Amino acid sequence: MRPLTYSRAGDVQHAIALATANPASAFLAGGTTEVDLIRAGISQSEHLVDINELPLREVEDQPDGGLRIGALARMSDVARTPSVVERYPAISRALLLGASEQLRNMASMGGNLRQRTRCAYLRDGVSPCNKREPGSGCAALDGFNRGHAILGTSEHCIATHPSDVAVALAAFDAVIRTVGPDGERAIPFDDFFLLPGDTPHLEHPIAPGELIVGIDVPGAPIARGSIYLKFRDRQSYEFALVSVAAAIEVDDSLVTGVRIAMGGVGTKPWRARRAEAALVGRPANETSFRHAAAAELAEAVVREHNAFKVELAQRAMVRGLVHSLNRSQS
Amino acid sequence: MTTVEAATTEVPLQINGRRHVVVLEPRVSLLDALREHLDLTGSKKGCDQGTCGSCTVWIDGRRVLACLTLAAAASGHEIVTIEGLADGDQLHPMQRAFIEYDAFQCGYCTSGQIMSAVKVIEEGNAGTDEDIGEFMSGNICRCAAYPNIRAAIRHVRDAAGGRS
Repeated sequence: MRPLTYSRAGDVQHAIALATANPASAFLAGGTTEVDLIRAGISQSEHLVDINELPLREVEDQPDGGLRIGALARMSDVARTPSVVERYPAISRALLLGASEQLRNMASMGGNLRQRTRCAYLRDGVSPCNKREPGSGCAALDGFNRGHAILGTSEHCIATHPSDVAVALAAFDAVIRTVGPDGERAIPFDDFFLLPGDTPHLEHPIAPGELIVGIDVPGAPIARGSIYLKFRDRQSYEFALVSVAAAIEVDDSLVTGVRIAMGGVGTKPWRARRAEAALVGRPANETSFRHAAAAELAEAVVREHNAFKVELAQRAMVRGLVHSLNRSQS
Repeated sequence: MTTVEAATTEVPLQINGRRHVVVLEPRVSLLDALREHLDLTGSKKGCDQGTCGSCTVWIDGRRVLACLTLAAAASGHEIVTIEGLADGDQLHPMQRAFIEYDAFQCGYCTSGQIMSAVKVIEEGNAGTDEDIGEFMSGNICRCAAYPNIRAAIRHVRDAAGGRS
């Protein structure tokens, strides 16, 4: 691990000033990604701005019934916050199915969104990787790509975004609030995660020194019946092969509202808008769910080892919709 | 090869109720500070990348990983390691249970297992074997002493007054 300098920020403006003063700065929250990547030689940060003393740990009620989640709120705390459990059970469940309790006690919500892919070719530090070294190629394309993405990929990168909670947040149209040298911004969730395209090294539309201060989740009565399912190679403490966040509203057996997002299949937390569009106004039954799932996966691009995800993702989506339907009717 | 003269600073650390001041570079992890600077070698370095749980300690009453915590960032917080668990010569009930139920073979992961196990009960996550498995999943035992670890946790849970 190469030498670092370290400073503690007393407030948000101080943090931004410290980070802006040194272009090789990173913010230090829980450290579960940043310390790991510095030690592995993947992060090039030379200066850490510790932001843990900033007052950004609360989960606050919003007038529209939504929530404002502080960027430094810990995963384990958010998962057990009563308003999250009651109004957005998929968010709580996704948090509890991620990582281990020690990591959940450390990891912040803002850091969770900025964590980097677990693609082994990024992390080994030597393989061609267009995220780590633009233009060097992608070892995953013809490598061991069983865990890699099938949606939103490009010929330059097929890495998945690893977060669970980001999948649930995507389903509920969360907004990411930042403060930077140029002031405050509110970034729609979908815009916060860039598709790899020709520039896989660009992952977020975040300027140097720009800090995530919170995540706003709009009020959504539909979310009270939401579910999160995760399928993986072992039962606990493992990233998703496929995951699904789903919520459904039904009137007179017809789908009147639906939210679906998927993890483990996309290069970003994947909002399944095609499936949603295929479901609204249709009968709320497994036939419709299968049709919608097929529509979402129609443009999947598979590699040698990850073709199984196309079927697994469809079955996961159908099961998720059935579960949320049962919950909405109970 | 150039040698970079890294800046060290005095870092006060509150560990097991005692204040220590160590002279460290900012890149030093809490785990290395404990093991290499303070001779508190009970916390073990297994993977050094937040995967195995053998470095589990408590900071401000919560179980966390010392390998992914910078010592500088832990300054000002209350740290408890396995060395702080016993009351003098009196082992903590979880330490006694690990011995009674033979909840280890090589022992390398044991301090991390115990630091997690105490918290699993405190958190109320030890109600069933399934819960224990889920909430202990951040502690890997290469010897696979899991059934005995679960038995030790059940024993302490039940002795503490029924299911938590």
